[in-house]
Amino acid sequence: MPAAVALRVDAWRGFHDAEWTRQVDVSGFIRANYVPYLGDEGFLAGPTERTTRLWGRLREMFVLERARGVYDLDPFTPSGITSHQPGYIDRENELIVGLQTDAPLKRAIMPNGGLRMVESGLQAYGYTVDPVLRETFTHHRKTHNAGVFDAYTPQILAARKSHLITGLPDAYGRGRIIGDYRRVPLYGVDRLIEAKLADKATLDGRRSTSDVIRDREELAEQIRALGELKEMAASYGFDVSGPAGTAREAIQWLYFAYLAATKDQNGAAMSLGRTSTFLDIYLERDRAEGRLTERDAQELIDDFVIKLRIIRFLRTPEYDELFSGDQTWVTEALGGIDRDGRPLVTRTSFRFLQTLYNLGAAPEPNLTVLWSLALPDGFKRFCAQVSLDTSAIQYESDDLLRPRFDDDTAIACCVSAMRVGKDMQFFGARANLAKALLYAINGGRDELTGAQVAAVSPPLLGDVLRYDEVVAAYERTLDWLVETYVDALNVIHSMHDKYAYERLEMALHDYPVRRFLATGIAGLSVAVDSLSAIRYAEVTVLRDDSGLAVDFAVNGEFPTFGNNDDRADSIAVWLVEAFMRRLRSQPTYYREAEPTLSVLTITSNVVYGRHTGNTPDGRRAGEPFAPGANPVNGRDLHGLIASARSVAKIPYDLARDGISQTVTVTPDGLGRDRAEQVANLTGVLDGFVDAGGFHMNVNVLDRATLEAAMAHPELYPDLTIRVSGYAVNFVRLTVEQQRDVISRTFHSGL
Amino acid sequence: MTTGVVHSWDVSTGLDGPGTRFVAFLAGCPLRCLYCHSPDTWTMRSGQRTTVDELMVNIERYHRFIDVAGGGVTVSGGEPLLQPRFTGEVLRRCHDAGLHTALDTSGYLGARADDRLLDATDLVLLDIKSWDQATYQAVTGRRLAPTLDFARRVADRGTPVWIRFVLVPGLTDGVANVAGLAEFAASLSTVERLEVLPFHRLGVHKYEQLGLPFALADTPPPDAALVDRVRGQFREYGLTVY
Repeated sequence: MPAAVALRVDAWRGFHDAEWTRQVDVSGFIRANYVPYLGDEGFLAGPTERTTRLWGRLREMFVLERARGVYDLDPFTPSGITSHQPGYIDRENELIVGLQTDAPLKRAIMPNGGLRMVESGLQAYGYTVDPVLRETFTHHRKTHNAGVFDAYTPQILAARKSHLITGLPDAYGRGRIIGDYRRVPLYGVDRLIEAKLADKATLDGRRSTSDVIRDREELAEQIRALGELKEMAASYGFDVSGPAGTAREAIQWLYFAYLAATKDQNGAAMSLGRTSTFLDIYLERDRAEGRLTERDAQELIDDFVIKLRIIRFLRTPEYDELFSGDQTWVTEALGGIDRDGRPLVTRTSFRFLQTLYNLGAAPEPNLTVLWSLALPDGFKRFCAQVSLDTSAIQYESDDLLRPRFDDDTAIACCVSAMRVGKDMQFFGARANLAKALLYAINGGRDELTGAQVAAVSPPLLGDVLRYDEVVAAYERTLDWLVETYVDALNVIHSMHDKYAYERLEMALHDYPVRRFLATGIAGLSVAVDSLSAIRYAEVTVLRDDSGLAVDFAVNGEFPTFGNNDDRADSIAVWLVEAFMRRLRSQPTYYREAEPTLSVLTITSNVVYGRHTGNTPDGRRAGEPFAPGANPVNGRDLHGLIASARSVAKIPYDLARDGISQTVTVTPDGLGRDRAEQVANLTGVLDGFVDAGGFHMNVNVLDRATLEAAMAHPELYPDLTIRVSGYAVNFVRLTVEQQRDVISRTFHSGL
Repeated sequence: MTTGVVHSWDVSTGLDGPGTRFVAFLAGCPLRCLYCHSPDTWTMRSGQRTTVDELMVNIERYHRFIDVAGGGVTVSGGEPLLQPRFTGEVLRRCHDAGLHTALDTSGYLGARADDRLLDATDLVLLDIKSWDQATYQAVTGRRLAPTLDFARRVADRGTPVWIRFVLVPGLTDGVANVAGLAEFAASLSTVERLEVLPFHRLGVHKYEQLGLPFALADTPPPDAALVDRVRGQFREYGLTVY
């Protein structure tokens, strides 16, 4: 495509003037200019032949990529915003251009996060490591990973090694930072640079403390990155120094900004934000001006989404195993309500969902509907229909988010809320609460290896576990765990800022930014059921020769989490509160970040379970945990609404980084025909949000389909299922994860 | 204080009546249907003695959810009319609380449902296991006539009815059997829908646990062609068929 720089007509023509014209304020722009769409999906257009052809070309490449692990990669050139020549899928037939490297699905290396991750990634896929690269990132340029291990304590190393704390972003990019990519089309890069220069100038009169020095250096880096963004766009023939004048330009500018971020960072989650209603303003202006038809508008969104679906990073097989493949978490938040009570639903919210039909179901982008009872009915029903057809979307409660954040809040990764361009988080993976309980019983020794990991405390000696003694020991273990955990995160994020700073993403944030220190917990329901067993049944300890508790015999019945039974559910609330209380009372958080907590595992519940011994609830060693905040598989006996009520008792204010629940229903478990299923699912989502539920991953699948896909993966390349906070291609899960998914409670009826 | 014996409960959607419903499964059933997928509910011993108040406390915990999501309460079993007093009181209390109520029954004990119980019932889910008397006897071990009497009585009262028919290959799938039931259903003025439920063997493990023989262990689920044929037959009589 030629450099189609439109006539520089007034880029803001027809927009309502407000404060957003005088300062960087995208949400103000949206509120002043968007028009809610209250109708149904009837207006949507199918894919054009061009779209189908372009996507078909990539689909052929995906087959090879799946077989090899990676399609192609450049093992020599460390990635940066301007590191690679422009790349195209099919230059003449692309509406929106730009790739991370000079060819589609060709991955780049990002050694700033850690050389080891790059080396093992390269070796895993049969590439040799360039000696110059190794020399450079060993002797001349320190990495985040190297920095972290210089400052880790022995306690942190032990907790990490024993899988008490796992998935820490200490070897790669931390991610979960969302640049406000909309700023680039709305204002143009030059205006953003000016604003950053002004921010930096406010520091000129301040004394050069280490904080001020760091801020100055970061702002300088941000400004430099914005310059590189212009340079990268120019290499594709676009001048993004000024604002976008058309919808196509707006999508292109926005995508360039996002693309630059993905060239700068291999973040664990590289989320997009909340772009659909922003883009709708441009698309509707173009339609009103006669520039676009609906078919054209959909085609642009389809093309944009194609680009988002082929974002790739080089990761290791171990990482893929933890998170089931090639996750990028290009999360886009759709819907929600604005602060004046108007739905933030536009035709483009529908158009994003329509991509799941036009291109087929896929995990990326991670489409996340911010659900509110006040959403328009047509949108609710379309979302339910899309869930029934694709299982590819997740739901989060706008009614919980909006009052605590604001109406321009997006989701990073799976369930982590942040105000776009105003908040960021220091991602902290998660701690294993089930293992921590075993440590409490064993005086800090690991139940599998016998090694002393946590601080030495007296092990519980009686044959039968007493609830009050276990709780007291657990509290001591949690003291140690939370201290160690926060220390680890302080180290990690200090080093990440130093050696792998997100210069472009942070350039698209306000200065100063609000920061969260985001911890997480795994194994909640296993820990809760174990405590419930100790309290309501009789749990006898079986010890090995060294006195280590290695198994438990449960005599009697006990209430389990997931049945809307307060006896068990109150233990869950207590445990989350106990963790959060400790988290809030640490002496120091890196850069004064506010501590937060998530109950989310994605698919790491499998790996956590594998590394955890027998638990007092009767779970056997090695068995997977339930994902996120889900009840233990098969122990929720009264259907998923009762189960969801249990989960909803965990106050969102104790876990504002998100509480994840995944449900799987068979289609006929929602109603006898499609109309009934749509109406019923809509009702369930309303009821769930009304009851204070935060997150619901909805899978509508039958067991036979999953079993067939295990046997014949080649026939199900698009089969998409939701796992805690995320969707995956089912056929890309490991066999162990596939079995876990199938064995999970299949609610044949909701 | 009226008590009943409740086997279990759940909150489900789109299965036992419209929308999302609290479903109370009462213990005990006079029928022994060959294809029963819940033999664990056959005897009263299988349940827990519960007062109406206790059950209502549990139902009330879902009242708001049901209001928001749309739905109601279904009293099922087992056979709820084996415990007519308890069933009647639960339906009445739910009805008075503004919840939509459904009674899920085989109709065999329909005579035990007094008018007061039916006054509190917004919908009857009526299982008619077969039209042919001999087949009905073979499937359930009981007579068909009481069910038909109950169906006519409910329809005459003006209470909406959903008829449910379990389709078992080689057992209930006879052309004449289906046609007879279709004609009967069409003669009832309040039948809103007829649900054809394909036989499945998902309950087989319960028979194993209970040490009971499962007579249909070798019977396959009906294939799509058979299900289509039977649904088509019902449609010919102008019924709304699912």
